[in-house]
Amino acid sequence: MIPAIEQLREAVLVAAPGASVEIVASTPAAQQPSLLVNREHLFAVAKFFKEDARFQMDFCSCVTGVDYPAKADKPGFIEVVYHLYSVAQKHGPIILKVRAPRELAQCEVPSLTPLWRGCEFQEREAYDLFGIRFTGHPDLRRILMWDEFTDHPMRKDYRPPLDYEWEPTPHGETLARTKQMGGLTPPSASMEKVGAK
Amino acid sequence: MAIDEKLALELQKHGIAVVPVEWLYNWGRRSSIWPMQFGLACCAIEMIAAATARYDLARFGAEVFRATPRQADLMIVAGTVTKKMAPQVVRLYNQMAEPKYVIAMGACAISGGPFKDGYNVLKGIDRYIPVDVHIPGCPPRPEALMQAVITLQQKIAGQHLTKGQRPRWYDPTASAEYPVPSYGAHDLEPPVNNNVYQRPHQCCEVTNEEIIKK
Amino acid sequence: MIQPLTDEKRYALTPGTEGMIQTQTLEISIGPQHPSTHGVFRMDVVLDGEVVVKLKPVMGYLHRNHEQLAEKMTWLDSMPYTDRLDYFNSMANNWAYAISVEKLAGIKVPERAEYIRVIVAELTRLLNHTVAIGFLLNDMGAWFTPTLYAFREREKIIDLFEAVSGSRMMCNYFRFGGVRVDFDEKMLAMALEIVERYPQFLDEFEKLLTENEVLLARTQRIGILPMEQAINGSITGPVARASGVDYDIRKVDKYGIYGRLDFRVPLGQVGDTYDRYYIRILEMREAIKILQQALRDIPSGPIIAPEVKLRGFKVPVGDGYGRVETPKGELGFYLVADETGKMPYRYHVRPPSFINLTLLEDMCLGHKVADAVVILGSIDIILGEVDR
Repeated sequence: MIPAIEQLREAVLVAAPGASVEIVASTPAAQQPSLLVNREHLFAVAKFFKEDARFQMDFCSCVTGVDYPAKADKPGFIEVVYHLYSVAQKHGPIILKVRAPRELAQCEVPSLTPLWRGCEFQEREAYDLFGIRFTGHPDLRRILMWDEFTDHPMRKDYRPPLDYEWEPTPHGETLARTKQMGGLTPPSASMEKVGAK
Repeated sequence: MAIDEKLALELQKHGIAVVPVEWLYNWGRRSSIWPMQFGLACCAIEMIAAATARYDLARFGAEVFRATPRQADLMIVAGTVTKKMAPQVVRLYNQMAEPKYVIAMGACAISGGPFKDGYNVLKGIDRYIPVDVHIPGCPPRPEALMQAVITLQQKIAGQHLTKGQRPRWYDPTASAEYPVPSYGAHDLEPPVNNNVYQRPHQCCEVTNEEIIKK
Repeated sequence: MIQPLTDEKRYALTPGTEGMIQTQTLEISIGPQHPSTHGVFRMDVVLDGEVVVKLKPVMGYLHRNHEQLAEKMTWLDSMPYTDRLDYFNSMANNWAYAISVEKLAGIKVPERAEYIRVIVAELTRLLNHTVAIGFLLNDMGAWFTPTLYAFREREKIIDLFEAVSGSRMMCNYFRFGGVRVDFDEKMLAMALEIVERYPQFLDEFEKLLTENEVLLARTQRIGILPMEQAINGSITGPVARASGVDYDIRKVDKYGIYGRLDFRVPLGQVGDTYDRYYIRILEMREAIKILQQALRDIPSGPIIAPEVKLRGFKVPVGDGYGRVETPKGELGFYLVADETGKMPYRYHVRPPSFINLTLLEDMCLGHKVADAVVILGSIDIILGEVDR
């Protein structure tokens, strides 16, 4: 059984001294608090959870990134969340979080692929969609978008290229865009196809 | 028909059928349209279901689903066409031999469907290649696909061999190959082939930055 | 990208032949349009003759940014989109999403709805495994015949889904706190009839396939996945259980009413393609057992939790992760809710097919290219989930 989150934190501080570990609560009903670890000690903490006989977290289930842009009072950061389970002892989850700055040049997190091979594709996806670089990843390149793509689409400040098409019943953002484009008049001229080339 | 009705009926009684060459030619072509196996997403499952024993698309001549585009007449674009996949779709269309037809099956192939807001979703395959029949639905039932094949058969029956009304493949100057888009830094280049599809609003002149500033 | 080989690098897999015959490896891109891929999936393989030396999967051809769309819509609006993730088993995806949101918001589901959910999910498991075996045999060259048998059974099950939810495939049936439409007597009778005739169909299917010489020759000892590698690679579902990993989320998390139902979890020993095929047959038999129990014991009552508002539904601040055992593996949803609570701030899908592909290269190395296609078929991926 996984002990309470405070005891997990104590165990981590014993195993990886110097790590800064905070407890982040989940929604009250979910009862899935997580440990926020600093970047330098993430690998050591993860290794501890994998190898310690009490936990044996040999299965990394889910790796994802979350983007928190800067607000008026708080700086922005990108968070990477790891969900660990154990097949040997059938318990879990232990949730690890780590934060990195949002600027692309400094957005680096140590990769946990050397510990769990299953993180490989998910970390590549986080790199592709968020721009998080995982140091120590064996093969970090884009996985879902094409290689020549330069943006990181899941960031909150991503603007897709302008590709407006007339909508018969616009609402919300599309209505605002329609008004910018000059109104709700439907297409008038016939759209005849002139053939190839 | 250029022949007298009564004469035709009389000849039929003797077992002689008189039809225009055009009718015969189109009948042969429309009764054995071979689709290409090209399912992209969810609509592909309904396409396969239309080919299975319960709905049986083979009754309409779509007997064999060819794996290679070189041997196929019909490309059923079933599913969402993403921008990553779009150059491949256009290349496959170019590799098919004339006469070739395209059915856009499902809302995603017609216009992007429920995923229209996607950064990776192509808003309809008719941005790059000409489409003959559109089937709405998400996914359309197998019966709808059969209806589409029947509509295509009716369209083929109406194509003419005579000068002035010939379809594209009889024109020696027209090319059957459509330009393949390439991957750009933010979007496909070009985002739309204006010879095939004209966007209702000419918004290409307004750039993204101007919209954001407004 | 696989780099083209220069003259200096020539693979000589059999030692002793250097200098005798000069060979060169061949790079092929299998896909994205290929009759044997399960959707638009591409494998860049490097072949020495027919033997696979290197294999890199390339995906993203169906990336429809489902996650970004969900961040712009309310919680309930994403439910039809979850249908289109694993478009074969729409009910299972719906359940994963519903269970994640229920975990976040602390909603309790009434009894009858739980039983209905189990019935529908296990029927989905039946139809997924049959068609997976059908497609696997399609990859092996048994052209379309097993697929036709499989689709015949699938049609019966999706007739029931259509009667219940209005759509054959994209059912959009689950709601937070229950299901949308109740099962009446006629639908229960339909379900019972399917369950009664299924063992006979399975026997017929097995008689044609399980001892079949060609199947045995093409699947035994092909694509062996050792157990430790499977656990380390986060492989879940029948693929992992065929390698001996004793992990079934229905038994571990005991979500829904699975804690009360009596069923086994079959495990494989060798972890080759034949095990992955046979374990699906065994799982179907277990699913029939579960269905018999659920159909026998289903109580009457409400089908949706009465306190849940369908419109204006809000979730408290925080995050949470919920998962179910779909026929393809562990499907999980990681959801983050912010202060407004009406739309997800972050919505992430943990797709089983995507992660099961991590070890595709390891399983295929050393085998022939025809085996690579069969191994891919045995993993049973679906591109809507891989690319989202």
